[in-house]
Amino acid sequence: MKIDNNTLKKIAHLARLEFDEAGAEKMTKDMTQILDWVEKLNEVDTEGVEPITTMSSEVNVLREDKVGEHLSHEKGLKNAPQKDSDYFRVPKVME
Amino acid sequence: MLSAEIKDKYELVVGLEVHAQLLTQSKMYNSDSTEYGNMPNTNISVITLGHPGTLPKVNKKAVEFAMKMGIACESEINRTNIFARKNYFYPDLPKGYQITQDKGPICKGGKVYITLNGEEKSIAITRIHMEEDAGKSMHLAGEVDTLVDFNRAGVPLIEIVSEPDMRSSEEAYAYLAEIKRLVRYLDICDGNMEEGSLRCDANISVMLKGSDTFGKKVEVKNMNSFRNVARAIEHEFERQIQMIEAGEDIPSETRTFDATTGTTSSMRSKEDLNDYRYFPEPDLSPVLISEEWLQSVRSEMPSLPRELFKRFVNEYGLPDYDAGVLTDSKEIALYFEELCQKTKNYKAASNWMMGPVKSYLNELTLHISDFPISPAQLAELIALIDEGKVNFSVASQKIYPVMIEQNGKTPLQIAEDLNLIQESDEGSIRPIIEQVIAANSAKVEEYRAGKKGLLGMFMGQVMKQSQGKADPKVASKILTELLEN
Repeated sequence: MKIDNNTLKKIAHLARLEFDEAGAEKMTKDMTQILDWVEKLNEVDTEGVEPITTMSSEVNVLREDKVGEHLSHEKGLKNAPQKDSDYFRVPKVME
Repeated sequence: MLSAEIKDKYELVVGLEVHAQLLTQSKMYNSDSTEYGNMPNTNISVITLGHPGTLPKVNKKAVEFAMKMGIACESEINRTNIFARKNYFYPDLPKGYQITQDKGPICKGGKVYITLNGEEKSIAITRIHMEEDAGKSMHLAGEVDTLVDFNRAGVPLIEIVSEPDMRSSEEAYAYLAEIKRLVRYLDICDGNMEEGSLRCDANISVMLKGSDTFGKKVEVKNMNSFRNVARAIEHEFERQIQMIEAGEDIPSETRTFDATTGTTSSMRSKEDLNDYRYFPEPDLSPVLISEEWLQSVRSEMPSLPRELFKRFVNEYGLPDYDAGVLTDSKEIALYFEELCQKTKNYKAASNWMMGPVKSYLNELTLHISDFPISPAQLAELIALIDEGKVNFSVASQKIYPVMIEQNGKTPLQIAEDLNLIQESDEGSIRPIIEQVIAANSAKVEEYRAGKKGLLGMFMGQVMKQSQGKADPKVASKILTELLEN
């Protein structure tokens, strides 16, 4: 399945990715290859097979409602590109 | 302004999406505290912050809370629950996706009953699903940046989606009030819209009356009170009718409500709507709800307001009004219910609740859980009146205030201490009445000449002479007897 330019642009926007012309060409090629590879799965007859959503066969892996250990405020903010003593800071977003 | 005539041609159609923050101790998919009001970015962990390699784990209690809401709404409980990723970029969502449910929400279908002007109507529920809350972003004036606090990120939510079944802003208001009452009865959410623990988005459209096709719907956000939801709906109704009347198309869009002007304005159109690319969450295994689990949650269900309302009306013979007031909050309803186990004079019990009890609580802005008088004690006081030992005004004005002081005495002891026990013994009341009649011979003549209204004056005198202790029923009987002869 060939990825067209519009699809590529849309996906790039949704993933907040930017690339130039040459990059776009390479990306188109890679994505087409990935889709072709995944398409191979269509060769398998899955009639009557329930879809699985996880690789593990476990179910009901649940947690009791108990408060555990927190990350300290300082550690939590440590890797933030921008911060102050209280908050993570990000470029202004307004809706 | 729209003329009533034009407005009358159209019908309003409203569906509501309500988010309720669940009252769990810890978050939906990790063990961070959900406590409100802590210092910013302290209820956080590597999972909340979306660090690579971290794995979520479902909070069992949150699942049970969602089941409870579904049971209360008569929904079908989905036995195989999977979670989904809803992908979008926003700084208050550190992972870049929200873990929610897409296909197969925990509750399918159902209904919520509302009563307007004495008529009951059911509003259909489409679905209830589980998800996590986002962090809180602050856009402060004078700040170049947006500030983000992740304390709220990951707090469990249920989203309750209704069918477009509401036809007026009053119905929408009543529906929200009922959702709030239900979550509070179930003790799964504190239902506070002003503080954001209950949030509501409205899908609003209009159509010509009698039409079977809905108009294009507009989604309105940012209404932080029941009243504002009703105001936004009223505004949209008029705005959309005006557009249709002017021959304009109504664009499908998301609008935001401005509480200061009471109007809505466009936030974004559906064309540049996010493409959420939902897919099953591979980090969470399915949650299977067995019959046993469902039954055990069912067995924990409290009595619901509608059920109590019916009991109060049908079994206790109370007027709808009383039953409505008494079931408005779970705690009042349960107190009353206990009171009715101790007295059979249900109407008197209801009058006490709606009168002296409520006014005491309101005056001191207390909660019924802080009320110092137990249902058993209040029942004793009601019995004291029923036995004719004291009348209601003496009970409510003299004994009740002492009981509130909690001196450990029974209502009877208090009445005796204060010398308030009514004289219902004819032998002790008769001399007082004879005295009153002898002292007012002129008035007696007037009465006998036909001025029957004087009876009240005589009763007043009798009560005064007996220091309020004469049983009015007995006194009135003797008084009439002596005056008529």
